[in-house]
Order: sequence, then C-alpha cells, then structure tokens
Amino acid sequence: MALSDDSSWMTAAHSMGTTIIGVEYADGVVLGADSRTTTGIYVANRASDKISKLTDNVYICRSGSAADTQVISDYVRYLLHQHTIVLGEQATVKAAAKLVREIAYSNKSFLEAGMIVGGWDKHEKGSIFGVPIGGTLLRVPFTIGGSGSTYIFGFLDQAWRPGMSKQEAQDLVVKAVSLAMARDGGSGGVVRTVTISSEGVTRDYFSHDRLPKWHEDIPAGVSTALEALENANGEWMVV
Amino acid sequence: MEHAIEAFKREESLGARHSGAAAASDGKIHIERTQYPYVTGSSVLGIKYKDGILLAADMAASYGSTKRYKSFQRLKPVGKHAVIGASGEMSDFQQISTMLDELTLRDQMWDDSNTLGPHEIHSYLNRIMYQRRNKFDPLWNNIILGGVKNGKKYLGVVSMIGVHFEDDHVATGFGQHLARPELRKQWRADMTLEEGVRLLEKCLLVLYYRDRSSINKYQIAKVTEEGVTISSPFAIETNWDLEAFQNPTKNAEGSW
Repeated sequence: MALSDDSSWMTAAHSMGTTIIGVEYADGVVLGADSRTTTGIYVANRASDKISKLTDNVYICRSGSAADTQVISDYVRYLLHQHTIVLGEQATVKAAAKLVREIAYSNKSFLEAGMIVGGWDKHEKGSIFGVPIGGTLLRVPFTIGGSGSTYIFGFLDQAWRPGMSKQEAQDLVVKAVSLAMARDGGSGGVVRTVTISSEGVTRDYFSHDRLPKWHEDIPAGVSTALEALENANGEWMVV
Repeated sequence: MEHAIEAFKREESLGARHSGAAAASDGKIHIERTQYPYVTGSSVLGIKYKDGILLAADMAASYGSTKRYKSFQRLKPVGKHAVIGASGEMSDFQQISTMLDELTLRDQMWDDSNTLGPHEIHSYLNRIMYQRRNKFDPLWNNIILGGVKNGKKYLGVVSMIGVHFEDDHVATGFGQHLARPELRKQWRADMTLEEGVRLLEKCLLVLYYRDRSSINKYQIAKVTEEGVTISSPFAIETNWDLEAFQNPTKNAEGSW
C-alpha cells in the first residue's frame, strides 16, 4: 500500500500505538512509556507524553485512542481534585484506579483505552493497577500495555523480580520499552519515565543516545554517509 | 460525586464506535448494542459431592490468544453459603461480583437471622443476565453458582443469555465438551472430598492439554454446611512422556 494511494491516514483517529509499563519496586513505582502517536501510518507526534498526572502522587499511562484516554484522564483528574478536598488528605492510588475503571467499564462500547495507574500513598505504599480494554481492574506488581507490549511479555517474564531497587526498576522499564520500540511500528521516539515514591515524583526521558542498542541497531553519528560510501566492502545481502 | 459518575455512564445520545447508530424517522438515535469480550476467563467446573459442592477454575485471564494475567481469581465466595465461578469477560464478572456483594450486604443488614440461599442467589443472577440479554447488551459471562444451605446442596449454571439450570455436575466453555463426558462416567453422589478433588484434577488436566487459553495454575473452592473455602493456587503434574510422543513423524516425515 503506497503512501500516495491510501490517504486514510490523513483522517484517521489519533491512536497511541504505544508501549506502556508500570513496575512496583521496594519503595515506590516506576511508570514508563514511549512517545509515538500515530494517525494510521503517519507519526502525528513523535514526542508525546503518555504519562499524565492525576494527582501529585498518582499518574496514569495511556494507550489506545489518544482522545479517549485524554478525556478519561481529564475527568478522573477533576473528580480526584474534588475527592481530595472532601477527604482532607491525599487521594489513594486505589481510589484513582477505581475511578478510571468506572468510566472505562460503563462506557466500554465507546472507548478504546488501555491504561496503567500507578502511584504512592501512605496506606499501600507503591501500587500499580492495570485497567485494560473492557474495564477490568487488577492490582499487579507490574504490568505492560499497548501494541508494543506483545513483544516484551517474554522479556518481562524472565527479567522481573520482586523487591527491586529504584535503579533496577528504572533500568528494567527503560530496557523493556526500548525493546518493544525496536520491533513495534506503533511505538517509538523517546522513553519517558516517572518515578513516584514517598520522596516525591521524578520525571526523566531517555532518547537514542541513552537507550541500549539491540540486534541490528547501528550507532548513529559514527560515520557519515560519505564515509560509509568510502568504506563500502562490495558485497552485501547475498542470499 | 456519585451523580458525576452517573453522568458518564452510557447515554443513549452518544454515537458509538462498536454499535450501529442510525437516525430513525422520529429523529431520535437508536442504538443496538452487542459487545465484544476483551479480557476473558476460560472453563469453570462444578460438582456435588458427599458433603457439599466443589468448584474449580484456572487462574488465567486472556486477551485474545495472549495469556495476559496469570493470577486472576475467577472463583468468589457469595455470602456464607455459596461460591460463584465465571468464564467470559472478566470486567463483567467483576461488576457481577460487586452486585452480589451489595445483595448479600443488604441481606445481612436486615439482621433477621435469615440469609439468602444459593437458589435465591442463582435466581437473582438469572434475572440480571436475562434482562441484559433482552436489551441486547449482555454481561458476557457463563457463570456457575454452587452452595449448601440447611443441608441441601445446590449447583446451577447461568449463561450470558439467561439460560439457566441445575445439575449434579456442570461446566462452562471447553469444560462442557471435555470435562462433562468424564464427569458423566465417573461422578457419584457419595464421593468423598478426595475422590471429588481427584476427579476435578483429572478434568482440569484434560483442559490444560487441549484448551489453548488455559494455564497450569488452579484454584478449587469447597462449600459445605460449615462455609466456603477457596484453595491457594496449585498446579497439576503433566505427562509428555508417552511413547507415541517420542518420534511421532519417524515413519511419516513432514506430518504433524
């Protein structure tokens, strides 16, 4: 399908192909995501931020329809704001997750949204909740979502351990999202992370120079095109 | 905050992606809804035995062919006398669980030393499922409900379209095809707990071999007059050592 033949991408809904991940570690949680938003095959935004703040201590990773997840986040942020005032203290991660679930479940035939809610509160410490499409709610020590997640189930099954340190959890998240980005066309750009603990929230992002290189990746900026031409070794891709 | 959440629930005037919304001659938009299941649980098995009821289910919640969640508890106690097990869409099962918890809580709040028995809970479930079916908006589950009250054992099924019945042994999903025949052969009314559990393990093993959405991680629920117990997760020994498995294509290269 040549780009010029099919112009449906110009009018397609914004989807976040996406890889998202949430991991509990000893003292808190690490949330991670890629930064690619697509309309059909076109990358509409190559630097999106898919990890949105719901409250100071609870964040949400969004995958699926960009519009649907933005609206859900906006509603839940608004509701949690009022809830916090009524409660007189910080909202819990569970409360946030249950609000997300309520909207996702009761509008299931209208929505295409897979989300991960993660944060820190004084009752449960760090917690991660998965809210996949359909509106199931599950508390889990770690979870992945989005189209890129299918490529890293095996990786996480092997690499995840309970009781990781903050650095180990962050490394795992970056590695996982970067591996998914390597194979999933719907994921790409930079890896954004948000780490939430009793000490507060830290945002970080990892672009190509800080991401590991995988199979068949080659480093950029090592040789220019001209140099590569001069160093051509004749044969390539002979079956 | 309740009314704010109510406002987000399905409104008839919204156009929907998965349903066909068409303007009718009266100008109003009519929506026909039938959902698709996304996160699904596989078979549930149930048998009566000498002292009560046994239910069994694996702990997988799948996303299409992906075995997405592998510690999902699909068996839940309902009140003091019953246990429910569900296959199908797990978000709908969570919703049903909440509704049953509300039902039993309100029942308890009467504080009249009378509690809903399993048959009554089964009827309630059936009403919910059938009425949703009539609106073309089903709760996408097949549910087994088992319980014991005043010495009487009860084991029933409700489907997503409201088909309901009781039997001595029941199953949902693949279990209907793979487990029921074994249960018809081996089930007896006076089975002990060990015999009942062994029979269920036998059926679970067949389902593990032959149901692609199943995993080797299960829970068994027991209901007796004393109450409800749900086991911790366990796995069953599998056998891949059959002689016929050693070199199956030796005399038929390329076959499967």
